[in-house]
Amino acid sequence: MKKVGVIDYGMGNLHSLAKALERVAPDQRVIVSYDAEELLDCDRLVLPGVGGVRECMKELQRLELSQLVLEASRKVPMLGICLGMQVMLEFSEENGGVPALGLFPGEVVRFPDPAPDAAERLKVPHMGWNRVKQEKSHPVWAGVPDESWFYFVHSYFARPRDPTHVLGSSEYTQLFASAVARDNLVAFQFHPEKSQALGLTLLANFVNWNP
Amino acid sequence: MLAKRIIPCLDIDRGRVVKGVKFENVQDAGDPVEVARRYDAQGADELVFLDITASSDDRPTLFQTVEAVAREIYIPLTVGGGVRSCADVKCLLAAGADKVSINTAAVHNPDFVTEAGDRYGVQCIVVAIDAKRVSKKNEPLRWEVFTHGGRKATGLNAVEWAANMVRRGAGELLVTSMDRDGTKEGYDVELLAAINREVNVPVIASGGVGTLEHLYQGLATGHADAALAASIFHKGTHTVGEAKQYLQSRGIRVRT
Repeated sequence: MKKVGVIDYGMGNLHSLAKALERVAPDQRVIVSYDAEELLDCDRLVLPGVGGVRECMKELQRLELSQLVLEASRKVPMLGICLGMQVMLEFSEENGGVPALGLFPGEVVRFPDPAPDAAERLKVPHMGWNRVKQEKSHPVWAGVPDESWFYFVHSYFARPRDPTHVLGSSEYTQLFASAVARDNLVAFQFHPEKSQALGLTLLANFVNWNP
Repeated sequence: MLAKRIIPCLDIDRGRVVKGVKFENVQDAGDPVEVARRYDAQGADELVFLDITASSDDRPTLFQTVEAVAREIYIPLTVGGGVRSCADVKCLLAAGADKVSINTAAVHNPDFVTEAGDRYGVQCIVVAIDAKRVSKKNEPLRWEVFTHGGRKATGLNAVEWAANMVRRGAGELLVTSMDRDGTKEGYDVELLAAINREVNVPVIASGGVGTLEHLYQGLATGHADAALAASIFHKGTHTVGEAKQYLQSRGIRVRT
C-alpha cells in the first residue's frame, strides 16, 4: 500500500488535513508522524503548518525534520501548505527574520497594514476566500477551473525569485504568489483541506501525481 | 480579491441543532451533520457552532458532534460556548474545529486570550463580544459589553474592549448586538462601524438579521468582513445561495 506522510512538528491542527487526505486517497495509508525514518519511507509527503515561522523552523530542526524535508525534496512528491509553503523559501521576515529551508529561491514578506483612511481597508491577516489564477499548467490543476476560490489565513506571503516557479497568483493589496511549484515540489498558501470540493480535488491530484 | 463571507450559525444543545428565541422555546431543528451538509451545499463560507448546553457534563457530546461534522464538511468551522481554558481550546481543535470562539472567559481572564493565541495561533482565536447600547439620546454613542447571554453587565466599553482583545491576541472578532439579537430589525451597523474603525482584524457581524437587506447593511455600512445569521437560514426564508446572489447584485464581492 502506498503511503502519504504528513509531517507533524507539533504546530497546529492536522486533523482536517489528515481526514481530507484519507478521503481522497482511500487506497493509500495516511501517516501523521514526526519520526524522520517513518516519513522517509513514505511515497509522498505533506508539510503543513500554522503559527509563526521561528517556532516552526525551531521545531523542524529540533526534531531533525528539516534534514528529512531537504532529503525527501529530491526524491518524492512533496506538498507544502500555508506556513509549510513559506518555509520552503529561503528566508522569512516574520519574527525579526528567520532563515528557512530554501527549496525555492526567494523570501517571505508581510502584507502592508491598511491605511486608516482607505476606502476599503484590507486587513491583515488576509482571511477568507479568494480566487487563484493559474499561472501555468500543472497536473494538480486537473479538474480545477481557473480563478477558483480557495480559503486563506495568513499575514505573510511568498515572493519567489524565479517567476517560472509561480503556479498560481491571487490579489490582496497586490498580486502575490498563492501557489508555487518546481520539479516534484508543489505548495499552496491557501488551505485545500478547508476549500470544499475543489480543495479536495487538488489534494486528490497531489496524491495521484507522479512527476 | 477577497470575498465577504456568509456564515450560518447553529445553536447546538446536547448534540442536536436547536432553534429558539433568546434560548427560550427551544425546538429541535435536526442533526448537526445534516444541517451542516445542507449549508455547505448552499455555498456557506464557514460555519459557527454555538454550544448552548447548560451542563458541562455534556461536553463530550459536543466534541463528538464537532468530530462528526469535521469529517464531512471541508469549510472552516468555528465552535463557541463555554470555552474557558486552553484545555477546552485544545480539545475542540483536536475534534476538528478550525477556530474557537471565546466570550465570557475573555472578560473574566483576558490573559487567557493571549495564552490561547500564543499556543494555538491567533488565526484560530475568535473573541465574541456581546454589546448593548447604553448611551442616552443626544449622547455620543456608547456600547457596553455584557456576558451570560446579555444578562450581566461588565462595565466595559465595547469598542475599547474590542481593541484590547485584538492587542491581546484575538485573530477575529464576532460582534453581536444584544439589542438586536432575535429582533429581525437588522444589525447594529453603528456598533460594527465603530469597532471596525479601531481594529485591523476581521469583524463578523451578528445579531438581528431578518432580511437580505440587513446582510448588505452589515457588510456595506457596518464594514464587517463577514455576516453571520441564524434564523433566516434555519427557517428556510432564504438559502445561503439566495443571500449571495442578492449581495452580488448590490455590488458586494462574494464567493459564488
